Amino acid sequence: MQQPNFTPTANLMLRETASQTAGPYVHIGLALAVAGLPERDEEIWNELAKDSASGERIEVVGRVIDGNGDLVRDALLEAWQADSRGHYQPAFDLKAPFNSFGRTATTAEGDSEWRFVTVKPGAIARPDGRTMAPHINLAIFARGVNIHLQTRLYFDDEGEANADCPVLGAIESPNRRQTLIARREDSEGGLPRYRLDIVLQGEGETVFFDF
Amino acid sequence: MTLRRRFVERDRQSHPPAYAPGYKTTVPRSPSQALVSLQTPSVSELSGPNFQKLRMGPHDNDLLLNFRDGTAPGLPVGERVIMFGRVIDQFGKPVPHTLVEMWQANAGGRYRHKKDSYLAPLDPNFGGVGRCLTDEDGWYHFRTIKPGPYPWPNGINTWRPAHIHVSVMGPAISTRLITQMYFEGDPLIPICPIVQTLNDKEAVGTMIGRLDMARSRPMDALAYRFDLVVRGELQTYFENQ
Repeated sequence: MQQPNFTPTANLMLRETASQTAGPYVHIGLALAVAGLPERDEEIWNELAKDSASGERIEVVGRVIDGNGDLVRDALLEAWQADSRGHYQPAFDLKAPFNSFGRTATTAEGDSEWRFVTVKPGAIARPDGRTMAPHINLAIFARGVNIHLQTRLYFDDEGEANADCPVLGAIESPNRRQTLIARREDSEGGLPRYRLDIVLQGEGETVFFDF
Repeated sequence: MTLRRRFVERDRQSHPPAYAPGYKTTVPRSPSQALVSLQTPSVSELSGPNFQKLRMGPHDNDLLLNFRDGTAPGLPVGERVIMFGRVIDQFGKPVPHTLVEMWQANAGGRYRHKKDSYLAPLDPNFGGVGRCLTDEDGWYHFRTIKPGPYPWPNGINTWRPAHIHVSVMGPAISTRLITQMYFEGDPLIPICPIVQTLNDKEAVGTMIGRLDMARSRPMDALAYRFDLVVRGELQTYFENQ
């Protein structure tokens, strides 16, 4: 064994396994129904909140758009969010009224929208005493995306909380903050709906985070 | 909730860059702006789902037995292999009870996905998807068929090496990772534009499953070992102020 103080810095810890694109057939593994495969008894999918979940049940929808303005029809998205009181629920359990985690996908057919059914998350207090506005963490995986893109979705009817959110405030360009704000829209009698397009590149490019 | 945990910063030089023109699809799908770094990640990033209550089927990690389309009952065709390994963090600490998922083509390089139209046939007894939780020491196991290489529209004549897509959650969404396992010795590895998105040979080495004769089953299946390393978890010893 090497004397620790003579070990090259690079050997003090292991290297994280390198990322690779999820590729065009990610649905086989992580979204079986989208691939046309039979589903198992329990799948991780896009309904985070059942009718019985406490809080305001909503749907969150959007598209993924590439640098040419074309739809990305083979993306997989993962959501991670707090419950309506601002608490994360790590124990994933399909019998529970609410789960903090879910998956959705864009597809080859139609308007290629991703969609989550969830509750509007509560604001989250941080140890430094500041509060983060209600938000959903999103991860985007797709063919042509070598390492997943991490972003957040905020809500346009939380103007004051958004203005005070330390994470939105960390984005230097005020114009770019707008790329994370989902717009509430008329949902014709269905669940209240918020819409956010994720733009991978170019005009209106979504803010992606490193953390 | 106050989490006093943090994770070793992701070394993005050890991962592929978003823009890697040899892999053509990255050209319109790579952000042109810099990532916004969160210097003080919050509970939103430092927590993540735990899947111990996800009900698994008895063959969810056994691709030799978990798919039959009913037209030709039997076993899938191809090289029987055990794919196994450990999920550990950068400090070598096992990551127990974490979700490992995988998907792959069949022995001929054909995916059971409605968008795959490669002329190699589907196997009526092979689906190509598996999942399991690591045990208390971080070990996972799958039994499967070694996938075949396949051509894809990138260059004029580009082929993927044999590979298995692997997805691991780890303790938080900060450790979330999707990668691909390649098979030791495959001559397609160094000429693959997706592998070549990595600028570092050592980083490529983190994705190679190694033939492990000791763990193979005589007269039954070869074994490939593939350890997954997720970001190291640290406790915060000192809070500010």
